[in-house]
Amino acid sequence: MALRCTFQQSLIHLRNNKAQCIRSLATNTPQKQGTTGAQQQQQQQQQQQRTAPASSTTSSNKTKSIKGAGRDAVLIDGVRTPFLQSFTSYKDLMGYHLARHALLGLMKRTNVDKSVPEYCIMGTVIQELNTSNIAREALLSAGFPDNIPAHTVTMACISSNAAITSAVNNIANGINDVVIAGGVDFMSDVPIRYPRPMRKLMLSLNRAKSGPQRLGIITKMLSFKNFTPEPPSISEFSTGEVMGQSADRLAAAFNVSRRDQDEYAQRSHKLAHEATEKGYLDDVVPIHIPGAQDIVSRDNGVRVSTMEQLSKLKPAFIKPHGSVTAANSSYLTDGASASLITSVDKAKELGLKPKAYLRRYVFTSQDPKDQLLLGPTYATAKLLDQCGLTLNDIDVFEFHEAFAGQILANLNALNSDYFSKKYLNRSSKVGEIPLDKFNLWGGSLSIGHPFGATGVRLVTTAANRLIKENKRLALIAACAAGGQGHAMLVERYQ
Amino acid sequence: MASAIFTTFICRQQRFLSLTRSPVATQLWTRLASTSVQQQPQQQSQNKPTDLKQLKNLKIDYQDDIAIVQFNQENSKVNTLSKAMMDEFVPVFEQLQNDDKVKGIVVMSAKPGSFIAGADINMLESAKNRDELLKISRNGQNVMNQIEQSRKPIVAAIAGSCLGGGFEVALACHYRIAMNDKRTGFGVPEIKLGLLPGAGGTQRLAQRLSLPDALDLVLTGKEVKAKKAKSMGLVDAIVEPIGPGLQTAEEKNIDYLRQVAVQKAKELTLRKHTPKQPGLLENIKSKIMSTSYVRNYIFEQAQKKVMSQTQGLYPAPLKILDVLKQTLESGSKVGYNAEAEGFADLGSTTESKALISLFHGRNECKKNKYGKPEREVKNIAVIGSGLMGAGIAHVSIDKGYNVLLRDTTTKALSRGYSQISKGYQGYVKRKRLTNAEYDRTLANLNCQTTPEGLEKCDMVIEAVFEDLKLKQKVLAEIEQRIPEHCIFASNTSALPIHEIAANSRRPEKVIGMHYFSPVDKMELLEIVRAKKTSEDTVRAAVSVGLKQGKVVIVVGDGPGFYTTRLLMFAGSEVFRLLQEGATPKDIDKATKKFGFPVGSATLFDEVGVDVAAHIARDMHTTFGDRLADKSMPDLLQDLVSNNLLGRKSGQGLYIYQAGVKGGNREINPKFTELIKNYSLEPKEEITMENIQWRTGLRFLNEAARCLEEKIITSPTDGDIGAVFGLGFPPMKGGPFRFMDTYGVSKVVDLMNNYRSKYGDRFAPTQLLVDMAKENKKFYS
Repeated sequence: MALRCTFQQSLIHLRNNKAQCIRSLATNTPQKQGTTGAQQQQQQQQQQQRTAPASSTTSSNKTKSIKGAGRDAVLIDGVRTPFLQSFTSYKDLMGYHLARHALLGLMKRTNVDKSVPEYCIMGTVIQELNTSNIAREALLSAGFPDNIPAHTVTMACISSNAAITSAVNNIANGINDVVIAGGVDFMSDVPIRYPRPMRKLMLSLNRAKSGPQRLGIITKMLSFKNFTPEPPSISEFSTGEVMGQSADRLAAAFNVSRRDQDEYAQRSHKLAHEATEKGYLDDVVPIHIPGAQDIVSRDNGVRVSTMEQLSKLKPAFIKPHGSVTAANSSYLTDGASASLITSVDKAKELGLKPKAYLRRYVFTSQDPKDQLLLGPTYATAKLLDQCGLTLNDIDVFEFHEAFAGQILANLNALNSDYFSKKYLNRSSKVGEIPLDKFNLWGGSLSIGHPFGATGVRLVTTAANRLIKENKRLALIAACAAGGQGHAMLVERYQ
Repeated sequence: MASAIFTTFICRQQRFLSLTRSPVATQLWTRLASTSVQQQPQQQSQNKPTDLKQLKNLKIDYQDDIAIVQFNQENSKVNTLSKAMMDEFVPVFEQLQNDDKVKGIVVMSAKPGSFIAGADINMLESAKNRDELLKISRNGQNVMNQIEQSRKPIVAAIAGSCLGGGFEVALACHYRIAMNDKRTGFGVPEIKLGLLPGAGGTQRLAQRLSLPDALDLVLTGKEVKAKKAKSMGLVDAIVEPIGPGLQTAEEKNIDYLRQVAVQKAKELTLRKHTPKQPGLLENIKSKIMSTSYVRNYIFEQAQKKVMSQTQGLYPAPLKILDVLKQTLESGSKVGYNAEAEGFADLGSTTESKALISLFHGRNECKKNKYGKPEREVKNIAVIGSGLMGAGIAHVSIDKGYNVLLRDTTTKALSRGYSQISKGYQGYVKRKRLTNAEYDRTLANLNCQTTPEGLEKCDMVIEAVFEDLKLKQKVLAEIEQRIPEHCIFASNTSALPIHEIAANSRRPEKVIGMHYFSPVDKMELLEIVRAKKTSEDTVRAAVSVGLKQGKVVIVVGDGPGFYTTRLLMFAGSEVFRLLQEGATPKDIDKATKKFGFPVGSATLFDEVGVDVAAHIARDMHTTFGDRLADKSMPDLLQDLVSNNLLGRKSGQGLYIYQAGVKGGNREINPKFTELIKNYSLEPKEEITMENIQWRTGLRFLNEAARCLEEKIITSPTDGDIGAVFGLGFPPMKGGPFRFMDTYGVSKVVDLMNNYRSKYGDRFAPTQLLVDMAKENKKFYS
């Protein structure tokens, strides 16, 4: 277990995530009523400022609804490839192969013809340069008609959440009726570059006109330094800190002990194991791998260990006194996911039975140094406030588990009066999330976490749990590099 | 000319003690064979057990079998090793030693940002004689040795500044854990006060570090940050600070550090800490280094550096070298003795007293004595992106100001932008800033040729060419755009502020801010208050200056303000001496020997002879013969018309060629030729002493006169201005401290003596005469 996560999931840093977020939001046409939760909130605030106080009651009524403006978007279904630890069975594939498999699986599962989807959006984090718009490559390779446009978004661990919300907006606005939202990440192969000085020389070599000029450049290349490869940096770009370190510091700041973390990790693996055995994780679409002896049909990172085994591990990031270990962190994972999102009318027209409504959502961002992984706290508080809900109204919680320490720190933060007053701008704490409703089928710690694909897994699992547990309302939340967060309400379709 | 004056030379001044390692030494790293520590007789205190609840400066509590001692000085933001602190610490420490329930001890601070900032300077100052100083040092050594010899493991958990005596405490502990934040730093800055680390600091640093590293720390007094300290072997472990959580970040961090330290102390009670064994390579190196030949070579090199950088005017670095040499040659028993004796010797020197006085003065000028302005300045515009303008922008963009840098051409702006970004990239290289911080800082800078945005500014600082008409024109143009409350500050070294403001619609908002070049390195800011300048404008300018990290003095709007005026009076005597046949080299040698970082003749080349000529002409009209006779401005004008402008034109008093430095420069034959036309009969032989006193007395007298005329408001301001702006020798404490030490009446006598030979320009000012009569001092 130690080996598989020595790298850590933190291999990402995103420079352009904000730009991407804006791009995905920009697909709304502001003239129409359909706006994202965040935008709507803003607009309403502006409206309130303009017309206050006379109309404040009506607009606050509007605010306190779990429904966004515009048409309802529904989740027909979501699927995923088995999530495998990197460098295992998928190691010889490419990322778009997994995405392709997820798309094919989605079409088969929903029994929708490939010509029906109007648009495709996928999230990814570590881009393979030749397939940088991996959504389009996956569509083409899966044999979809040529006339379906596709784009790729990136927002660290909430990339496919960004894909989903973009899809929801397109539906709400009436721009599209059927959209595929998915995500993929493939850590078994990452772009490793020559150092910058060497790249500069290589590029100038392209433009050199004469032989002697070329020779001159080549002789300049002959330095050992120029041939030292440069793997993608695993640290946060803005702070230079590795995510595991940040998680360790976060755990300390919220009084989360090593034992708490190990126990939580154990719980996650146990629950994932049970869910797999009981067949609950039926969003997995088994995959044939060329040359493999058998079909791959389940996630391979779930491993139930004893507390003794867990407590033996040494801290992985902050040595010697840290508390985050390989076993209580999520690990490098390969995988892809896809979901079909439509308008209610279109679903009826196609004879599809939706699983859930995709309701209001928020994106938040905060200090990328000391609160890097506190996104779920900020997002949960903001979303509940916007909808006028409390934790009691939520039946199913599905949170992304980057680190056990991170999850527990977020739970403690939500349950802290000090933190809520000081940082969440609330008069009191949000409250305690009951663990008997929380990530009951395992989470990223055990199932795995292909950065770009996790968002769809969260939403699909939430919908599946609502149906299985016969409940109404689910809340999903996730943190992301760059100090960002996301939360969304999922309501069972009945 | 911009007040670009006084360029490079003060920089050198401020580096006056920074000894870089000798090249050989850098290659040869070593860990000194640890010398055995002298057994100090245990101080048997007769105190009864102290009531741990009654402590005022310490907090004691327990976690399992570990006692945690937290320094928490009463009524103070920082901890110092004050007498009160030590009076509590010593008996508490003894009690913990004898308490069987206590198996280990953690020492830390209860104050965020300060472990122990050093010894209590007031305590040192109140020592009446050498014996008392000796006792202070011996007591310190004893306490540290007791800590070191404790059988119970003692862990120092350090967050915040750990300097001087505080660092010595940490070094005596058995294990050091440091918080890796910006405020945590280690150093022995005693040398900056003309002292040496007298509580075993020289001894423990020599044990723990290679000789070059130890010398570097002790002789420069520089502060090293946690990471560097770890790599040097000064601390054993590092803790990354955490953010806010269930409590504030500060509380959480103290808590976190404490937890980690207690854990470590528990481990140490079971297993003693053994420092990592040096590898084979290090062993070989240390063998080489410990040979007396290599060691002597290093000492020789260090001594040479000290002499060349300080002219031998500072006793402390020489004493430190001596102490370390004795330690390495004769063992730590002799070493501890030498340290204590050296401390007592140094503490009694006038140099140390002068440096301590400067330390206090600097602190005073870092505080806002004038109060808060009505409106906080947030947006600043700097007009002119030359050396000065860009420099002013440089020190503003990282202090939370939005800065608009304006010039007439995009080329000039590019130059300015490059200057600033280069400066900040230097910080990134030296790890003072991260890349992200660099990006964010530069984002506060707006370079533009257009005037938009001026309407949002709270302060405009113009740094255009030093020309009255031009400055007036800029003021008129800017005043049309800026809001009512906006302050207009002029960066000028000599142009009278009231004249710049002559046509202003709101002269109460006009003020002078005289920065020194290079702005990012020179600490002084001379704020010039004109008659009509309002009190609130002064407040705003002072608070901006302080926020920019400057040492601020507020002076009156007389000709040449304070600093430039002193410079010109001493400078006029320099030219007088040149006229009498002294060579520029004679002048430079004498003034450097006095302690100025740059010779007074070279200074004119650096400032620019044209600049000096310009100021001389202006000041001559005001001061007349009291400044100099008519020949001086004429001579300067003559030099200018012959293109002897100084460094910028390649020739002035000296000839400037690439690759020829300092003492090797040749005197410009054209200058020698020109000066002949103005030659005067010397009244006596020109000796080094003659040069020093004649220039020095003019300087001192004018300083006193500025105080008399209320150009400056206190001797402290005068001393700080002269030292930080003009490079007046710091170990003399500034002109006023110097006169106090030397004796005002002696100064007056000397002046009268020179007056009889050279005329009335040596007439002592009334203030000095009165003070001499009443036997008064500037500092009580």
